[in-house]
Amino acid sequence: MRISVEDLTVTLSGRDVLSGVQLLAADGEIAGLVGPNGSGKSTLLRTVYRHLRPSAGRVLLADRDVRSMTPIEAARHIAALPQERGGDFEFTVREIVAMGRAPYQRAFAGEGATDREVVTAALEQVGLGGHEGRSFAALSGGERQRVLLARAFAQQPDVLVLDEPTNHLDVRHQVELLALLRAQRRTTLISLHDLNAAASLCDRLHVLHEGTVVASGPPREVLTPVLLAKVFGVRAAVVEHPLTGDPLIAFDHRAAVAEGARA
Amino acid sequence: MTQEAAVARQPVRTVRTVQAGLVAAALAVALLAALTVAVSLGAVDIPVGEVWTVLGHRLAGDAPQPGTRDLIVWQLRAPRALLAAVVGAGLGLVGTAVQALVRNPLADPYLLGISSGASLGAVAMIVLGAGVGSALGFGVSAAAFAGALASFALVWALARRGGGFAPMRLVLAGVGIGQFLSGFTSFLVLQVGDDQQTRGVLFWLMGSLGGATWSQLPIPVAAVALGLLVLQARARSLNALLMGDETAAGLGVDVARLRRELFAVTSLLTGVLVAVSGAIGFVGLLVPHVCRLLVGGDHRRLLPLSALAGAVLLVVVDTIARTALSTQEVPIGVVTALIGAPVLLYLLDRRLEHR
Repeated sequence: MRISVEDLTVTLSGRDVLSGVQLLAADGEIAGLVGPNGSGKSTLLRTVYRHLRPSAGRVLLADRDVRSMTPIEAARHIAALPQERGGDFEFTVREIVAMGRAPYQRAFAGEGATDREVVTAALEQVGLGGHEGRSFAALSGGERQRVLLARAFAQQPDVLVLDEPTNHLDVRHQVELLALLRAQRRTTLISLHDLNAAASLCDRLHVLHEGTVVASGPPREVLTPVLLAKVFGVRAAVVEHPLTGDPLIAFDHRAAVAEGARA
Repeated sequence: MTQEAAVARQPVRTVRTVQAGLVAAALAVALLAALTVAVSLGAVDIPVGEVWTVLGHRLAGDAPQPGTRDLIVWQLRAPRALLAAVVGAGLGLVGTAVQALVRNPLADPYLLGISSGASLGAVAMIVLGAGVGSALGFGVSAAAFAGALASFALVWALARRGGGFAPMRLVLAGVGIGQFLSGFTSFLVLQVGDDQQTRGVLFWLMGSLGGATWSQLPIPVAAVALGLLVLQARARSLNALLMGDETAAGLGVDVARLRRELFAVTSLLTGVLVAVSGAIGFVGLLVPHVCRLLVGGDHRRLLPLSALAGAVLLVVVDTIARTALSTQEVPIGVVTALIGAPVLLYLLDRRLEHR
């Protein structure tokens, strides 16, 4: 199911963190959100999964305003993986994933057969079948992230919203997680720091800069040396990845920071 | 991925629902045993069999057996033991909810400043207004509850600013208001003239179930039952809240509303509990924490088990408080602190080692 953002403005503590943002993830598409720190990526995603309220504009799921849904209804359509990594409380892997079923369960009701099947399937999908009983707190960062992704799968959402899911993961776990997402082929809105990961994973990129979208389109068209200098303040060449053919951004780590890019 | 997973693969832990069932059954038996022993022990020890004979007569609606045993068992000890169970259950419940509310497994019901308000209300009534109070038909308990409501209103007003009862804001507001009100209480205690009053005040501040009567029971029983119902209905949302506000929002929880509800329920319940028993520390802090170690963090199991475990603990502790010294009763808060503080330190140590 397609998700789009129309003319979105979000005001936090009197400041417009986002203004007039338009973006889109078409049905079955992985749409990436890139931009420097503080450009508003997380704020945008938080608004999509209804943690924040827009001061103007809309988030549309197909043609329905997400705000017109009840919280539970929205959670059946949109599953979020925020940057929160869970606390020190004693949960097993299965209990964490089972939380994804909450939008389908009534108060006081137990787990049904469907719930159990969906949870088991979600664990299998992330390669953690048979690890149900382990303590979530004792997992490695990569495993934790996969458990949280399984929780999002267990919501059986139409749209996945992922905020920097590869943060703090080593390279191998980053690659694994992205491969997992690629294999899912779900409508996904994902923010990523790693531009090369974004270029390889995403069908469409939206570049955020100071609260507005400054470029949208296929990675190959969006990620140009000019844009990288202007938005990220770095000098870089964009070449073809020798193995995959994806755009590969080669940063010039020796360059002085591009002029005027650091305000 | 699979390689690492295979290395780390451990036997799946015992299914927790089964485990929780066993723990619940064990606690239920323990509660019954603790209540029986509590009624049996005291200045005059009454054999357990005798206790049940008296209770059996009463519960069957028969005429009470003549003699002092009926008085001791039915009028003095039974209501007190039951009150201990109810207050303990309530503290366990509130502790669990507050720990989810502020997302800290070592938070305490009294963190939110409610008990300080209750204490101030009670002490003010004892010291200043005994005459006024009785004229209005207003007892110490009512004053304590009024104090709890007042501090609840203050903390609420402070914590809601900036939108939505963020954990840190709630804790800071609670601790701030709590300390402020405790200052007043200390000042009042210094104004107390006679020894009798001082004793009353101190007992109240350190918690006591002395003088429990049957008529005291209905309100806390109803409050705890209602609290359990309201919280249990939100058990899944509480689980989500532990993972973080954003996660909870993504799972369909109206986080701001849930926080308001939790804060209101825990505060009112704390107010009722403190009004009948004074401020009893450590139970609300330790019981949920230990239960979490036993059955895990899922609130669907944790809430009822914390209530049950709190009940057992407080019945036992109150029995110790009554019988430890032959000459006088020890305030129950003293006993919970003497037992609770070392356990808390042990748990802290254990947590730090796990990092």
